[in-house]
Amino acid sequence: MSADIAHELHGDREKRAATATTSARVRVVLALGPATAAAGVVWAFVQPWRLTLLDPHGQGFWWLVAEPPLYLVLVGVLFRVLIARALVQDLEDAGR
Amino acid sequence: MIVAGIEPRAEMVHWWFATAILVLGLLFLAETVVGPEVWARRPWRRYLWPGTMFLIGLLLWPVMALYTNSMIHMVAHGSWAQVLMLSGGAELGVVRGKLHSQYWRLTSAGALLVSGTAFLVHEQNGWFFARAAFLHHALGWTLIVAAVFPLVQAIRPRSTVAASGFAMTFLVVAVLLYCDRDSAAILGHFSQFAGVPHR
Repeated sequence: MSADIAHELHGDREKRAATATTSARVRVVLALGPATAAAGVVWAFVQPWRLTLLDPHGQGFWWLVAEPPLYLVLVGVLFRVLIARALVQDLEDAGR
Repeated sequence: MIVAGIEPRAEMVHWWFATAILVLGLLFLAETVVGPEVWARRPWRRYLWPGTMFLIGLLLWPVMALYTNSMIHMVAHGSWAQVLMLSGGAELGVVRGKLHSQYWRLTSAGALLVSGTAFLVHEQNGWFFARAAFLHHALGWTLIVAAVFPLVQAIRPRSTVAASGFAMTFLVVAVLLYCDRDSAAILGHFSQFAGVPHR
């Protein structure tokens, strides 16, 4: 085997390893938002009384504003849309 | 007092700050996963977490001014506001290129240390007095121990362990703040002097 072919094979292996690392990072970044939103949904099911919007009668203004499980869902969705999407694009560009 | 009638309950304010700190944690974690070079590819992204930290510090001032349960509460909230603004401001200076030393990260270590100490000092009750007291102790010690992460980052800026630890600290703090209730039991314990419990 010539040194050129060996070098090419080694280069291919490095490239595959780099691609695998990038795709793992992409998956983690893309999962952060949905995982946060999912935590909010689980919390809403476990403690439905935290969502005063489900039974708004007799609730004061602040109790209607304070919906912590919804905050988690909102943060998760916004992170996915505003941060993760652009970040993944840059990550893939950097990996090329 | 008129303000007391219209201002939100302390637990709600804790949940709002928990949300802001959760955002910080996610930003730190994302930066750690992709690395600082990829994170800095878009200029606006570099300003995100230092700006958020500065904003949290800024928003702590009205908390200090309006929630005047005691002098020590005011001092605690005021010191958090100052150290978070210092840390956020220093990091803003670094990303803008006005400040150059890696040791500016020490301001974050100082912020965690001061915040942790303030949590412990301004909680007058024991761990199992009520949930709020338990969380104050837990938050205080978490922050003091976690101050080691930005300390390591100041010495070894590329340490992934330190960056991950720093990010996870904010997620843990967010969870603890979300657990806060004005008067609730903790692991079956609730002092008779802690008021009327609610879930």
